[in-house]
Amino acid sequence: MQKAPRMARALAGALAAAALAGSAIQASADPVEGVDLVVNNEITLTTRAPAPAHLDGALPEVMSGWLFREDATRAMQMDDFDNPAMVFADMGRDLWGTTDGAEGKSCASCHGNIEEMRGVRAHMPRISPAGDDLWSMENFVNNCRTTRMGAEAWGWDSNEMMNMTAALSLQSRGLPVDVAIDGPAAPWWEKGREIYYTRFGQLELACSNCHQDHFGDMIRADHLSQGQINGFPVYRLKTAGLVSIHNRFKGCVRDTRAETFKPGSAEFRALELYVASRGQGLSVEGVSVRP
Amino acid sequence: MRRIATLCAPAAVSAAAITTALTILAPPVLAETAPAAIAWQDGAIAAPLTDSPGDAGRGAELMATRPLGNCVACHEIAALPAASFQGNIGPALEGAATRYSEAQLRGIIVNAKNTFDGSMMPAFYKTDGFIRPGDAYTGKAAPADLPPILDAQQVEDVLAFLMTMK
Ligand code: HEC
Ligand code: HEC
Repeated sequence: MQKAPRMARALAGALAAAALAGSAIQASADPVEGVDLVVNNEITLTTRAPAPAHLDGALPEVMSGWLFREDATRAMQMDDFDNPAMVFADMGRDLWGTTDGAEGKSCASCHGNIEEMRGVRAHMPRISPAGDDLWSMENFVNNCRTTRMGAEAWGWDSNEMMNMTAALSLQSRGLPVDVAIDGPAAPWWEKGREIYYTRFGQLELACSNCHQDHFGDMIRADHLSQGQINGFPVYRLKTAGLVSIHNRFKGCVRDTRAETFKPGSAEFRALELYVASRGQGLSVEGVSVRP
Repeated sequence: MRRIATLCAPAAVSAAAITTALTILAPPVLAETAPAAIAWQDGAIAAPLTDSPGDAGRGAELMATRPLGNCVACHEIAALPAASFQGNIGPALEGAATRYSEAQLRGIIVNAKNTFDGSMMPAFYKTDGFIRPGDAYTGKAAPADLPPILDAQQVEDVLAFLMTMK
């Protein structure tokens, strides 16, 4: 019952933001100051945190991508009725309770309410249960589907998977990002760091060129953020749909005129761990809104 | 090359006729310096990369066009007000020709890393030495004979426009 007005308001919001985009050309070259991200007038999210020690001074402070967006886009994320991503998170929640596969089970059959998943997103990615791999949340979801439900794995960027990761992320909204980077995760983290600083492609650009050396600056029409992933999956107004972490990485690598890595690849999982660790202390934002 | 293509396009003429036409009408085949053959002096390149002088008008267009120069992605260029969304990663290019000689500017366009150590500015006339080079913006692997982002004539065109920025 609640979905129809939500969809309509989300659409109206998207149109308003699109109309604004044209006029807001020479945006300020800095993140917005003096504003708090309070969702539904009740949940205050941490959008600035002290840089973690493992960054060795690479960033003065860590900042959510939310601070770099225009007023209208930021506002959409402050009320779940205006946030177009919530429609998809609702669909993910429905999938949580839907039986699928040979065993006749749903996620809820084993885990109970989806609220039981609070905290999970804050620690992703992490070492697999067998201890020999690094898993993103997508891997955990597919592991349950194939080994426990007798169901088919979902594609990394399928609607089902993104709706599910949106619903799961929302359960951790407000908790600080806190990924383990030591022990068996350490080699993954090192690998991710190496990728972060590699100048890929014919344009010879590393993640750090844009998101460490130039956050706050404009690259053509884009206001560069620190490239944090605490708000993922995000809803993009431009494509009117959710975008996964790895798909965003892929787009950024492609834009350096490079051969990209595949979503779900070991390289992108390692990079995900490293980038998550750069946002240690920021709140999981559930599902954020981007232009 | 452009000239030859235009000549051939309109009609189906015999190969012999084209050869004759070219011998009579077209200028001699343009000499072009390949990226590997460039003579550098401290980040500068004194000799033009082609025999035909750069065209500032075409250069201005290249500098504002995304898959090509797209210099405005990173630089403000006040002389190109029609190019919206100018970036501010690098310095504004007003007065560039007062700060650098023509040879230095040619070197900066070809490979700015020879002038500014570790620069973020891409090399526009370079074809190898990349990590996971792609086929333009497709995300796929580059072809074996990856072309430079700008061809030799386009470098000279961009340079011609930069030289107007006094
Ligand atoms: C040529 C510049 C450039 C490079 C290089 C680059 N990015 Fe980005 N990235 C952008 C732009 C522009 C955006 C959209 C605006 C923003 O949030 O910064 C973006 C957005 C992102 C976002 C989304 C942030 C949000 O809050 O929505 C993430 C995550 C990201 N980049 C990660 C990376 C990683 C990891 C790499 C290296 C593999 C990388 N980027 C390389 C330009 C770049
Ligand atoms: C991805 C970013 C980027 C792009 C694209 C780019 N540049 Fe640059 N450029 C820079 C940076 C950064 C500098 C400053 C030098 C440094 O410290 O590395 C620079 C410096 C320069 C300078 C010297 C300016 C001065 O006053 O010192 C010139 C001239 C120049 N660029 C021309 C161009 C031209 C022409 C193009 C396009 C064909 C272009 N740039 C594209 C980033 C870029």
